[in-house]
Order: sequence, then structure tokens, then C-alpha cells
Amino acid sequence: MTYKSRATHEGDVAIEATQLVKAFGITRAVDGVNLSIPKGSVYGFLGPNGAGKTTTIRMLSTLLAPDEGNATILGYDLKKEAAEIRARVSLTGQFASVDENLTGLENLIMVARLSGYARKQAKDRAYELLSAFDLEEAARRQVKKYSGGMRRRLDIAASIVVLPELLFLDEPTTGLDPRSRNHVWEIVRALVTAGTTVLLTTQYLDEADQLADRIAVIDKGKVIAEGTSAELKASVGSGTLHVRLQDPDTRPEAEQILTNTLGTAVQLSSDPTALSAHVSVTSRASKALDELAKANISITDFSLGQPSLDEVFLTLTGQPPEEEHTSEENIS
Amino acid sequence: MKHSQTEPHYQAATNDKLDEALASHPRPARPNALSASLTFAWRALLKIKHIPEQLFDVTVFPVIFLLMFTYLFGGAIAGSTGDYLHFLLPGILVMTVTMITMYTGIDLNNDITKGVFDRFRTLPIWLPAALVGALLVDVVRYSIASTIIIGLGFLLGFRPDGDVGGMLGAVAVLLFFSFSLSWVWTTLGLIMRSEKSLMMVSMMIMFPFTFVSNVFVDPATLPSWLESFVDVNPISLVVEAVRGLMHGTATSEQIGWALLSSFIIMVIFAPLTMYLYRNKK
Repeated sequence: MTYKSRATHEGDVAIEATQLVKAFGITRAVDGVNLSIPKGSVYGFLGPNGAGKTTTIRMLSTLLAPDEGNATILGYDLKKEAAEIRARVSLTGQFASVDENLTGLENLIMVARLSGYARKQAKDRAYELLSAFDLEEAARRQVKKYSGGMRRRLDIAASIVVLPELLFLDEPTTGLDPRSRNHVWEIVRALVTAGTTVLLTTQYLDEADQLADRIAVIDKGKVIAEGTSAELKASVGSGTLHVRLQDPDTRPEAEQILTNTLGTAVQLSSDPTALSAHVSVTSRASKALDELAKANISITDFSLGQPSLDEVFLTLTGQPPEEEHTSEENIS
Repeated sequence: MKHSQTEPHYQAATNDKLDEALASHPRPARPNALSASLTFAWRALLKIKHIPEQLFDVTVFPVIFLLMFTYLFGGAIAGSTGDYLHFLLPGILVMTVTMITMYTGIDLNNDITKGVFDRFRTLPIWLPAALVGALLVDVVRYSIASTIIIGLGFLLGFRPDGDVGGMLGAVAVLLFFSFSLSWVWTTLGLIMRSEKSLMMVSMMIMFPFTFVSNVFVDPATLPSWLESFVDVNPISLVVEAVRGLMHGTATSEQIGWALLSSFIIMVIFAPLTMYLYRNKK
């Protein structure tokens, strides 16, 4: 796969990466990542802390040189044409990369000046962005006095002073309250409408589900699954039946009945009244409920739905993502 | 411009502005090296505006140093504070300003740990601009410190034997040395992982080099092994030139050594800083 010809710069692929590797000491933070990301979409990296998401993004945005492998970003070679890439991409890191001693306005003017805007235009652009990102009133306040959500928005604004063709957002909503999170989501959607390709990392399953057109599930430096959110869910099974019993003592019997009628293993959740099972054919689900009623097992509620990304994660990695959050030994 | 208080209207207005702000604008041309450096200098000046207390190091610090050492050592070393001031002031000037240069590394280190550094590295700018801009403003800071020390010296009775030209020459040599020395701290600022460790290492370098020099005493009074270190210590070379220029006794050899040692420091550490800057993980 070579992308030597200039014509491919107008192509449909934003990122094409082959066998990216980055090791820190003996830890292979990124261990052979392959990616093909189409232009004009939101692409999500989903994975727990320490999975290698940030390291991958830093390599793709030219901040970190890969140990092995290579990538073409917007048709430019990552190793040989870093300057071309830098002019077209932008990165919003996990920690707000704005100067907290300056005001929001001063930060944006500075970035605009450094992007090549003349003095007057830099100021106009700064005001335009502040008002678009709902930061007008805080324009003349030092960033250190901003709330987490405001800081994030300013950070994204600084990244799009010159609208990039490709924007990397590293955990854009980590630590934000729901309202600020919605605000960031709205900005991401508007960016895609404006034609920017967005690559974001997240530990939140619902964020990937809501925003990303395609998702790569990353664990221990490897892409362990890739596809649309619907495809990922389908890879786990067509659906899941969740049942909640009135009496926890009836659970062993209910488990037996469900196993027999559905022909799959039944998962017992930590809630002593709940159980769930994959169903390949939906008509079987109603039959299973019928059998439970015949056995006089009363249920308080049931649902049949697509598997959640939580379940996808569980199936793919063998452990739920929450558990990994607490173990930080993977990366420095 | 006032928004209506109702939430839906407010959101709609924001959305329109958002789409407008994201509409494609022509990409401006890359800024040139000078304009980028001046933007970073502007940033450093804004920092002083927002945190004026950071000027303490160039105002209060020099005053304390000059008063403390003049009156502490004057009587013991030179017999009288007046005589000692004649000898000490040029040295204290060099010592104070070189100590202040350490802050350059700390600012850079802060930029890296806080993340602003990543932003600069992804911008299409001449990379050294971020450092050159900050150093330009630092030269202003060093000039403020020099003015305060010399001014206070005059009040205390310092009367140099040289003329105004010698005085300006002395400050110029010192500023050049300080600018060169700053690159040592930027190098360390890129290597050290925290502000604390950076401070510690900088102090460990700074203290022996400033004290084991000819700032306070005539090196002829020292044991010979120590004297040979003092003689090649760049700070001694600069003090020698500054003292000579102020009192009108400087030889071109003295000035030459001071400038040469400054130049050598810069030639080693400026490229090293830039190398580390480009390849910072």
C-alpha cells in the first residue's frame, strides 16, 4: 500500500496506519495497530486507561515518532512529511493545552497570530470563536479561573482557529458534567458537518455509541475489534434478554429454564434477582418468558435489546472495562 | 449583545454562531520567524501583566543581595563597606542576573508539564520562536535588575572609575552572557521531569559557580587548587570583564574571554535545547 501520488491527497482516507508500535521501556504501549479511517467521519478509540489510545494519537499527530510501522495522514507520509501534516491537523490533548495565566481572549489571539493571522484578523477570529463557544463573558478572565467545561471549550476553540482537516480529541469529555459534555458533543457534530474528520478517544461507551461512526476497541496496545457500533454489538449476538425476578430464591430454577429454552449460557449478574442471556432468534425469547410463567416464577420486569457496548467489551476482553480503570499498572 | 433568557432561543443562537465560526476561512500563510518570536514575547509580557509579583526576582531580590553582602562582608573583607562596594558591586550585579536566568528554564518546564508545549509543537511555526520570544523578554527583565542594582549602588556611594560608556559596555557583556546561560536552563528544563527537581539541579550548579568565583574575594587569597577553578569559571571571566569595564581598566583580553565563554556556552546549549525540544516525548 503506497500513497506516493499527490492525487491521493484528495482521496477518501484520512488515516491509514500499518503496524504502529511504540514501546516505553519494556511496555509495548502500542503493539501493532492498523487503522483505516475514512474522511468526514467521527472515529472513536474506545478503551480503558492505559490501553494505548493517547500514545496512538500522539504518534498520528506527529508528536511522537513510532518505533515501528508507519502511517499516511491525509495522504502525507507521517515520517517524511510531518510539516505538511502539522499544517492540516490539530490536537486537543487530555490536559488542556492553553496558557492558564492568560485570558481566554489572549490565548486565542496568540494561537491565531501563531497560525499566521494578521493582528486585526487574529482578534476578530478570537472574538468569533469565543462567541460561538459561549465564552464571550469569560473572554477577559484568566483561564485558571475557568470551569472544566469552559477550559475544554477554549481548548477546542484553540485547536480550530484554523479549521483543521483532521482533529484529534483526546478524551474530550473526561471529567465534565453532563451539560458541558453535551456542549462538547454539539461542537464535535458541528465540526463534522463543516467537513472536519474527528478522531476521538474515550473511555465512555455511550460517548462512542453516540458520536462515532466507527469504533476501534483498543486494549493493551492492540485493536481488538473494529466496526460501526451496530456491527460491534452484532458480533456479540443479536440481542440479549434481561429478566428480573421477584424472588431471588427462584433464580437457579429460572436459570435452568432459560438455558433449556434458549440453548445458550445464562449470565447471572451481581443483583441476586437478575439474569440475562443472548438470544439468536427473538421468538425464542417470548417462549422462554412463557416457560417461566408456566413454572410459576414471577418476574418484575424483562427487556430484550441489542447488547450494550459494555457487553461487547466484556465479550472481547473477558473483563468489564470498569475493572480496568482501577488498575493503572499498564502505562506510566 | 444580550441573549434572551429562555434556554431554547439561547441554544439556537449559539448553533448559528457555531456554524458561522466553522465555515471555511482561507488558510493564512505561515507566520515568519520574527512575527512568531514577537508573539511569544507578547505572551511573556502578558504574563508579567497578569502576575506582576513575578517581577520580584528582578526588583526585590537584587536589592536584598546587594545590601546583604555589602554590609555583611564589607567590614570583614575590605575594612569598610565603601571600599568593598567598589569591588563588590560589579560582582553582585553578575551574580544576581545570572541567578535570575534560572527562571527561564522553570517557565519552559511549566509549559511542558501543563500541556501548552504540545499546542506550540503542532503549530506551523519556526520552532525556536517560543524560546527566542521568551528570552527576548528575559533580556528586558535582566536590564531592569541591572538598572536597580547600579542605581542602588550609586545611592550607597558606589563611584566607578570608568565612564558611562564603560558602564553600558559592562551591562551589554552581562546581558550577552545571561542570554547564553539561559540556554543551559532551557536544556535542563526539557530534561527534568518536575519543577522541583529542576530547581534543585539548577541551584546545585548555580551556587558553586557563583560563590566559588571572584565575586566576593580576590582569588589570589584562595588555595591554589581552588584558585585554578575560579580562574576558568565563566562567571569569574564575566565578572573580570564587567568590573574592568566599570572601572575603566578592562583589557581587550578580559572582554574577549568573557564573550568567548558566553559564546561557547550558547553554541553548546542552544542546539542541544533545540534538539531536545524537537524530540521531546
